[in-house]
Amino acid sequence: MPLDKAAVARIAALARIRLGEAELEPLAEELSQILSWMEQLNEVDTSEVPPMASAVATSLPMRNDEVTDRTRREDILGNAARTTQGFFVVPKVLE
Amino acid sequence: MIEGRTGPWETVIGLEVHAQVISKAKLFSGAATDFGAEPNTQVSPVDAAFPGMLPVINRFCVEQAVKTGLGLNAKIELESVFERKNYFYPDLPAGYQISQYQQPVVGQGRISLDMPDGTVREIGITRLHLEQDAGKSLHDQHPSLTYVDLNRAGVALMEIVSEPDLRSAEEAGIYLRKLRSILRYLGTCDGNVSVRRPGEPLGTRCEIKNVNSIRYVMQAIEHEARRQIELIEEGGRVEQQTRLFDARRGITRPMRSKEEAHDYRYFPDPDLLPLVLDPDWVKRLRAELPELPDAKKARFVSDYGLSADDADVLVAEKETALYFERVAKGRDPKVAANWVMGDLFGVLNRLAIGIDQSPVSVEQLGALIDLIADGTISGRLAKDVFAEMAASGADPAAIVEAKGLRQVTDSRAIEAAVEAVLTAQAEKVVEYRAGRDKLYGFFVGEIMRATQGKANPALVHELLRKQLAG
Amino acid sequence: MSDGSLLALTLAQARDGLVRKSFSAREFALAYNDAVEEAKVLNAYITPTPERALEMAKATDARLARGEGLPLDGIPIAVKDLYCTKGVLTTAASHILDGFHPPYESTVTSKLWQAGAVMLGKTNLDEFAMGSSNTTSWYGPVENPWHRQIGSPKGDNRPLVPGGSSGGSATAVAARAALAATGTDTGGSIRQPASFCGIVGMKPTYGRCSRWGVVAYASSLDHPGPMVRTVRDAAIMLRAMAGHDPKDSTSAPVPVPNFEAALTGDIRGLRVGIPKEYRVDGMPAEIETLWRQGAEWLRSAGAEVVDISLPMTKYALPAYYIIAPAEASSNLARYDGVRFGLRVERGTLDEMYEVTRAAGFGAEVRRRVLIGTYVLSAGYYDAYYLKAQRVRTLIMRDFAKAFEQVDCILTPTAPSAAFAIGEKTEDPVAMYLNDVFTVPANLAGLPAISIPAGLSGEGLPLGLQISGRAFDEETVLRVAEVLERAAEFRHVPSFVAGDRG
Repeated sequence: MPLDKAAVARIAALARIRLGEAELEPLAEELSQILSWMEQLNEVDTSEVPPMASAVATSLPMRNDEVTDRTRREDILGNAARTTQGFFVVPKVLE
Repeated sequence: MIEGRTGPWETVIGLEVHAQVISKAKLFSGAATDFGAEPNTQVSPVDAAFPGMLPVINRFCVEQAVKTGLGLNAKIELESVFERKNYFYPDLPAGYQISQYQQPVVGQGRISLDMPDGTVREIGITRLHLEQDAGKSLHDQHPSLTYVDLNRAGVALMEIVSEPDLRSAEEAGIYLRKLRSILRYLGTCDGNVSVRRPGEPLGTRCEIKNVNSIRYVMQAIEHEARRQIELIEEGGRVEQQTRLFDARRGITRPMRSKEEAHDYRYFPDPDLLPLVLDPDWVKRLRAELPELPDAKKARFVSDYGLSADDADVLVAEKETALYFERVAKGRDPKVAANWVMGDLFGVLNRLAIGIDQSPVSVEQLGALIDLIADGTISGRLAKDVFAEMAASGADPAAIVEAKGLRQVTDSRAIEAAVEAVLTAQAEKVVEYRAGRDKLYGFFVGEIMRATQGKANPALVHELLRKQLAG
Repeated sequence: MSDGSLLALTLAQARDGLVRKSFSAREFALAYNDAVEEAKVLNAYITPTPERALEMAKATDARLARGEGLPLDGIPIAVKDLYCTKGVLTTAASHILDGFHPPYESTVTSKLWQAGAVMLGKTNLDEFAMGSSNTTSWYGPVENPWHRQIGSPKGDNRPLVPGGSSGGSATAVAARAALAATGTDTGGSIRQPASFCGIVGMKPTYGRCSRWGVVAYASSLDHPGPMVRTVRDAAIMLRAMAGHDPKDSTSAPVPVPNFEAALTGDIRGLRVGIPKEYRVDGMPAEIETLWRQGAEWLRSAGAEVVDISLPMTKYALPAYYIIAPAEASSNLARYDGVRFGLRVERGTLDEMYEVTRAAGFGAEVRRRVLIGTYVLSAGYYDAYYLKAQRVRTLIMRDFAKAFEQVDCILTPTAPSAAFAIGEKTEDPVAMYLNDVFTVPANLAGLPAISIPAGLSGEGLPLGLQISGRAFDEETVLRVAEVLERAAEFRHVPSFVAGDRG
């Protein structure tokens, strides 16, 4: 299924990656090429085949209800480019 | 039904309730869940989606979800899957929320609603699933910045979805109250109701956010139903959208953020495996469930002979039911019920406190009832004693002694009082004997006054009638 | 001992040398620190940590003096810069993780340090482990220490790729600028660079090594593993790296055997499978020849060589290139400038996200995130992602069936030797084909190892791959060692640290 510029723009918006207008066409071609190469999977009959849940054959391990993490705020905020008064900071979101 | 311009409209309502699971640690990390902590002090690197971090599920949260499902008469799915719901928002650090989509841990269930007209409505529960809460975005701290606190990020939430079986705002309110009551009985989540999706007169869903109380839910539904009806009657189409409830103005309005196609790109979380529950474990949880409101109500009616309405009131809160049962033990349950629902509730409402903070203890109320039963004090005066108990916290016996309120049961004393009153009111006695029956009450009143209310009423009546008969 | 000969020791030999006190851990660390410096031209390291290495070596010497040596005491190890190392810059070779100093240490590296190993530094890689040439790193490409022989066709001394994504680790080990290194293998990222650089690289069973603290690319396919000089070294290092981790829900709750004890040298009666579908069009004859030679070596050692069929082989690559990008697109959503890394301020929140991510991600990462977003999006999920996961089940069934007839499988590791930087690397699909022999083991989660087995016509290393049943690394290692002994690969790259010749 070939992708057009509009589709690429939509995907980029979903993925929050800005693309320049000039990049849309070449990307559309490149991604289309990759996607059509993947379409050979359609040759395989998977009608009775369940999707693989995991390479590990066990079920979800569970942990006890205990507070085991007391990471200090400095460590949580320490790598952020911007913080203030103990908060992370972003441009204001309007609702 | 809501009357529109063109005729009556039926509203079809389904509700999605988010309730926070009661647990010490978060759903997928070991950070604490306490309220009111300083910002970003209860955040694990897992919650903050740092590189390389991985989720591990909290067994107790799963237990709480299963217990809740059992309390909603729902099917427990022994195998369920966690999926990622992908979207970008500052309080969602990973850029996805771990939730459940196609295979939730709890399936179909139902709740019975006792309607005001005495009928019972069955409301279907579609599903219940576990998911992570997001952090908090504070938009009002700065003119151009939003502050983000991740303390809540990763806390376990249960999402409970009802079938679109509700037909009015009123029903929605009853449903929510019942649901909240059941949840409180189970103790699996806190009672704060956060509701997200009322309204679909014609099968077009509008999601309404920011509704945090049952009253607001009902208002939001009313408003939204009317809005949609008007829109349709004027030839418009209801768009599927997310709207915000503005409590101040009592209306819903569209969210100002860019209308984005909600493509959440759900897929099973590859950092987790399918959740598989041991059927024996589920059986044990079922056996350990506390008695729930419906069962308790039925038992109150059959064992204590209470009316359905009274039982309803008493079982609404688990703590009330417990209080009542302890008072009723070894006593007349109807008397106990009346005291709890009448005088006790009166005090609690006035002081705006819950029964767990009652100034009058179970033992004290019980003792008061005993004092009436054994004739020490009259029912009427007991009410005053109760008021004093609530105010001072003193025991009833002490109050009765201190105020000298012991009921007078000495026949001779009452006889003397009756005689004194009738003598003083000789003319009225004549009128009474001539046919003015209403004066009987007057005489009783005078006798009670003369005895400071302490005369045993039964004896008063017996002796008064005798003396009036001549 | 001269620097050069110190650097030539294998891990097993160094372990003995340290215990016997033929040299001190400090001497050893100094020699390797110099080697790291010398190998700068290859750009194998992003962040060398020479002081830390010396500190850790000091602790080793103290322990050895007390006779309390740990299993990897004093062994200088390079860490792929995908593993979070506490307080040390960790970049995933991406601009978007600028300045990131993790407040935690990955489980695997913790185990290595607890075993006494010494950290030389963080090695270069393809950005976010996406690539098979180590040419997509924000920190520049890594150069393979091997060069094409002058006089051979294309023998032009151009810099060659080391393979990827663990190119930095492979180069460091091959150039003797590390005694061993950690890598990760999602589609072949340990084995293929090991093959291109003439070293040993192992991808263990999925869940054998913990992923906690390893920057995630594709969660269901990422495998941490060792990159070393010999099979014995791999056995020793894997034992230290492996183990159940309760912080990783996909970590296998199985005990770690003594892998070194499995190296008995005896493979008599073992059945080795040769899958016919791995004979691909355009495969260079010399690789096919080496493959046949490998089968012969194993037969001579007493193994039974059996032709098998893995019919789903050709579909492994497209399945991988749907599943991996899909998981990656979600795993990389957290890189948004808010809590760590690069932040490009812009007007609105979404603008900040979009511009930060556009500036921070390289072209290959962007490509895969976009593909991944697309294949998960509404309307396409069933056709792509779900389909690929079903094909994955079929691939696992292929292997399960094969392992009823054989105990291990022998194939080439890569469809070519190392190519030049710039040659081939512009066509994404052509690049993806580098992984054709390695990807199936990732999809099935099975253990696989690459050992250097011969040289190409241009004098470049060629690897052979042994894969086996889940959690049967012991058989895989045992067969690999026999193959290694038969191959007698003694060749050394053009660039080798400490080489005064």
